[in-house]
Amino acid sequence: MVFNFMKQRAIHSVHTLFDLAVGESGILEDFNMPQTIAEHLMNLGFVPGLEVLVARSGPGGNPRVYRVDGTEVALRRDLSRCIAVRALTSAEAEAK
Amino acid sequence: MSVPVSIQTLTGPPRVPGSPVYKTVAVVGPPNAGKTTLFNRLTGLRQKVGNFPGVTVEHHTGTFRLENGAEVSLIDLPGVYSLNPKSEDEKVTIDVLNGEMPGAERPDAIILVLDSNNLNRHLILAGRVISLGLPTLVLLNMADELRKQGGQVDVLPLARQLGTPVALVSAVTGEGIIAVENFLVATPQAPEPLELPIFGDPRHCREWAVRVGTHAAYRRGATPEWTRRLDSIFLHKFWGGIIFAIVIVAVFQTIFSLGQPASDLLQKLLDNVAVHLSNVLPAGIINSLVVNGVWKGAGSVLVFLPQILLLFLVIGILEDSGYLARAAVISDKVMARVGLNGKSFIPLLSAYGCAVPAIMATRTIENKRDRIATILIAPFMTCSARLPVYTMVIAAFIPNRPVLGPFIGTRAVAMLSLYVLGFAMAVITARALKSSVLRSKDVAFIMELPPYRWPMWKSLGLRLMDRGNAFLFRAGTVILGVSIVLWALTYLPMHNGQPPDIADSAISHIGHFIEPAIRPLGFNWKIGVGLLSSFAAREVIIATMGTLHGVDPESHAMALQQALKSDLTPAGAIALLVFFAFAMQCMSTMAVVRRETNGWKWPILQFLYMTTVAYVAAFVAYRITLLYWN
Repeated sequence: MVFNFMKQRAIHSVHTLFDLAVGESGILEDFNMPQTIAEHLMNLGFVPGLEVLVARSGPGGNPRVYRVDGTEVALRRDLSRCIAVRALTSAEAEAK
Repeated sequence: MSVPVSIQTLTGPPRVPGSPVYKTVAVVGPPNAGKTTLFNRLTGLRQKVGNFPGVTVEHHTGTFRLENGAEVSLIDLPGVYSLNPKSEDEKVTIDVLNGEMPGAERPDAIILVLDSNNLNRHLILAGRVISLGLPTLVLLNMADELRKQGGQVDVLPLARQLGTPVALVSAVTGEGIIAVENFLVATPQAPEPLELPIFGDPRHCREWAVRVGTHAAYRRGATPEWTRRLDSIFLHKFWGGIIFAIVIVAVFQTIFSLGQPASDLLQKLLDNVAVHLSNVLPAGIINSLVVNGVWKGAGSVLVFLPQILLLFLVIGILEDSGYLARAAVISDKVMARVGLNGKSFIPLLSAYGCAVPAIMATRTIENKRDRIATILIAPFMTCSARLPVYTMVIAAFIPNRPVLGPFIGTRAVAMLSLYVLGFAMAVITARALKSSVLRSKDVAFIMELPPYRWPMWKSLGLRLMDRGNAFLFRAGTVILGVSIVLWALTYLPMHNGQPPDIADSAISHIGHFIEPAIRPLGFNWKIGVGLLSSFAAREVIIATMGTLHGVDPESHAMALQQALKSDLTPAGAIALLVFFAFAMQCMSTMAVVRRETNGWKWPILQFLYMTTVAYVAAFVAYRITLLYWN
């Protein structure tokens, strides 16, 4: 179990939206924030299981613009640190 | 490409051809789905703004006239993403739809407007709305965009899945809008959906929406390429900021370079009418009341209508095109420094026009403390009501000498400094508030970036009419009222049927009574009366000074700017400008702050704070100016 967990960490080194570079994408996993904010994000398309792409970075690098479910949404860096993502599996990456 | 389906095939034949079966219909939909555009197309000029009692959510009601002349009343509810009673907008929507909103009739039916390019998200809202059980028409809006971007959807299977009539429409072009009329005259039928999502779990809701979409062969269109291209310029690391600065400068440049001549023209027109009125009416009390009290009072305010409309037009174009959402993103970093976020930028920009709509625009700020902080600093922005006061005092006291080349003179510099002064005080106040009483820890800046679109002239025009009417209403009530009262006070007490000398009039007694309080600022009693009246609305001071000098034989023939020189020294004039930059002199703003913050606490604190700052700053400005310029 422990090994599996370590292995998973090693493969999926990406943890939050913040860690993704512009042009990279990840699969939404979880929100670590007050319920009302998480619900607002979900209304805008940030639903766990969906792919998020870092579309661009605004002037000064903050906020950044994310593309999810066909919509573009700007989020500050501090909030993007509270959104857990995992890397795309090779099958998911291929399906793109 | 599917053709909008005939509604009759889904709901049965109309009972009595042409007569509507619903009296009140609610228009519901998420933000940016074109709900308001549709509402405007259906109702046109037959609409008005309203507020439900006890809540701050604004809504429009309007009348939709069917082809045979029958009328249906439509309620345009606030844009909602879901029906969650935790959010105020969504609570209002739920209450209205359930008939639990006092003052609003329970709608007989719902028109649900969704963006056909975002059905995976928006169908979730459809699930919630349909589950309320009211007869519902689902409109998939922006059908033209869906087609252009290579998307598609089959309406019939979607209608079967949802159990409601569905039509592809475009509120912009009018395509498919006939579906609304067909729906309104068809036999009412409660929705019978095949299956609705289990609410609560967003993942299941979305899976349901995708399943329903798949049944209808739904394919979303690609995001228009030019939105991405424009964003790579407008949100560019370097150019984004430069373009932002250019846009803001252009906004103000437009207002001054186009608005000023228009105002001057209107002023000339009003003056001519005043001369004509004064010649036509028999000399005496009526003549004086109409010319000096009514016309000069209200007219001095009317001349600002062109500038105010222009400002709202420019802001409206920026908003509808989608640029304002990008401006919020760009300004977020700077706003974060004073403890606010980019969402405060839009209200603060509008506050340069008028604080009242700006304070209403703070509703988009989710964080309550950020919202109150924005409300409290908005009146420091140089609103258009300060403009006439600044223009008049600067023109009277500051000689126009070139400073930077032939275009920028001392007067322009003085005007600009006043703008900077107000902005600086807003920044200081915001910092102080956000690091003390209104400190908040979890600030979330979440800004949806809609695709760029061409603004619709009809929507812009309707909004301008709203603003224009509000301004004219103020000119016609508050300002007119104050002008008439003032005129009466200059006319009393009568001696042997003759009005008194201005020095013996009631207004002079009031002015002399408050004079000790304002003498340290370098103001005489006439300015004092002007100040007193300006607490109703800033620009009233001009009307007041006009009335005071108009009835005074010594200054009767003089232009107001000349007459002012007998009231103020240059140092007093500077103090007056500084006072106006900071003071909270606007009843309408106080009223709207009370409504938006649900109580008197914030408007009273704001009034005391701003007026104290204004008094102290004016005193300091007076003393400093005395040292250098006398």
